[in-house]
Amino acid sequence: MADTTTEPDDRPLWGPTAYLLLVRIWMRAASQYRVSLLLTTVAQLFTTCLDLIAILVIYSHVRTIGGFTLPETLYLYGTTRLAFAVSDALASGVENLATMIRLGNFDLVLIRPVSSLAQVLADQFTPKRFGKLAAPVLTLGWAIDALPLHWTAAKAAVAIGTVVCGLVLYCALWVLTGCISFIAVDAQEVANSFTYGSENATEYPLSIFGRPLGLALTFVLPVAFVTWQPSLYVLGHPDPFGLPEFLRFASPAAAAVLSGLAALAWRACIRHYRSTGS
Amino acid sequence: MTTTSTTDPIILAEGLTKAFGSSPGRFRRRRTTDGGFTAVDGIDLRIAPGELVGYIGPNGAGKSTTIKMLTGILTPTSGLLRVAGFEPQRDRVRLARRIGVVFGQRTTLWWDLPLKDSFTLLQRLYRIPPDRFGENLAYYTAALDLGEFLDRPVRQLSLGQRMRGDITAALLHDPAVVYLDEPTIGLDVVSKHAVREFLSDLNQRTGTTILLTTHDIADIERLCSRVVAIDHGRVTYDGSIDDLRADRDLETVVRELYLGRSLVDTTE
Ligand SMILES: Nc1ncnc2c1ncn2[C@@H]1O[C@H](COP(=O)(O)OP(=O)(O)O)[C@@H](O)[C@H]1O
Ligand SMILES: [Mg+2]
Repeated sequence: MADTTTEPDDRPLWGPTAYLLLVRIWMRAASQYRVSLLLTTVAQLFTTCLDLIAILVIYSHVRTIGGFTLPETLYLYGTTRLAFAVSDALASGVENLATMIRLGNFDLVLIRPVSSLAQVLADQFTPKRFGKLAAPVLTLGWAIDALPLHWTAAKAAVAIGTVVCGLVLYCALWVLTGCISFIAVDAQEVANSFTYGSENATEYPLSIFGRPLGLALTFVLPVAFVTWQPSLYVLGHPDPFGLPEFLRFASPAAAAVLSGLAALAWRACIRHYRSTGS
Repeated sequence: MTTTSTTDPIILAEGLTKAFGSSPGRFRRRRTTDGGFTAVDGIDLRIAPGELVGYIGPNGAGKSTTIKMLTGILTPTSGLLRVAGFEPQRDRVRLARRIGVVFGQRTTLWWDLPLKDSFTLLQRLYRIPPDRFGENLAYYTAALDLGEFLDRPVRQLSLGQRMRGDITAALLHDPAVVYLDEPTIGLDVVSKHAVREFLSDLNQRTGTTILLTTHDIADIERLCSRVVAIDHGRVTYDGSIDDLRADRDLETVVRELYLGRSLVDTTE
């Protein structure tokens, strides 16, 4: 066909395309060490099942926790875990940022004609991150099967939206934790407890923390939106804290706001990047 | 703007300054008012397209800091800076396709993958047209003798081989400007010679503008028609190499420059 596109091909490669290219090359690099890859993937699979076992053990002694039955809890656990596991697979390259900055290798990220964020997120991508997906997928599948729910299109959409918003929110958190490593290169430990800590907080029904903490988690940490509010709607469960109904559907807004904040913070960090003396 | 020049400079810096906020354990010789440390202190630089400039000065003079501002890695504290018409920090991603950067102490190559895989990835990242890429790769493979290790993982390469790979990686997209920060550091005599001849040929064949940082007098002598020397973040010499060695040998003059003697006052 006649090529009528007169657009000068001066644009940088689109971020997501660059991300996928880099993910592919890092996976190829990781597959050079096949045995180690296989072992760590299996190990990954087992460790992610440990939480699940803990929940099952607790429920073998009591019928409900904070008014939630086992399938309901597994639903909460599954959605959070799935959102987190996908974000972990997509974005945990950020964990290498502190090292990159300290060694001065972040300089090399900034000389390439593609998004710095895409490069950092894809950094050292390994297929073993997919190992974390197994447990949440199985849990969620089982919970949905066991829940005595009448599924409507709206509920299904909210359920899918829960995972998507959660995933976006977690990715934004990953980026924000990356920003912390710009500020204090040694603060990566603190940053990790931030992401992983908040994940554990939403994994169990929020009501076991009591009202003040539950409210704090809902408003102070937007993480509670990940599963809690929309899941109350899906499960047809009244909010034990009695918060207004519209919050059940506020997840997309929370995800959008936090993503915007993360993008702004990232830009500011790049602008103030100090490099290292060489 | 201020001075008239026959061609527009491809690199233009006026009063370029970089101050780092105070950080523990650093030299504190030059203090700014806010307690920071001025690594580059009001540099003026005009480099015309096609020039091959040696950028020299003792360790800690501010050479790498300058290059990092020229690439957009660091944001200048003050001053004006244009490279190929771009403001480096602001237009960093777009500028990246016009420049090539080689850091002697770092590699941009993928450690665990064959050298060739890094090149094909760069083709995609820089959006190099396939035929252009093929031509360039063939040319550099011949010119830098990459053939025998193109399929070997980068981690297995010698320093000299890796540097040749890194130079190729910085040039595959036909950059208009190339910065090389100590590209010959740690190389043996043969590799140094190969890199030197290659850079000279590149500059003459394609008219690529080259800014080269080195501590090796032979690099400067063989390659650079013009030398810019800095010390303590200030330009101490800017002129032709012939003027520099007019009455004494180059090594003596360079040693004096390194000892902080200003030969020519270029700041006026
Ligand atoms: N990221 C940084 N933070 C603080 N000080 C720095 C940083 N980078 C460089 N410096 C300081 O700035 C000065 C110039 O450094 P540099 O440009 O690397 O010198 P050169 O490359 O000429 O050896 C040095 O004193 C160095 O310690
Ligand atoms: Mg240096």
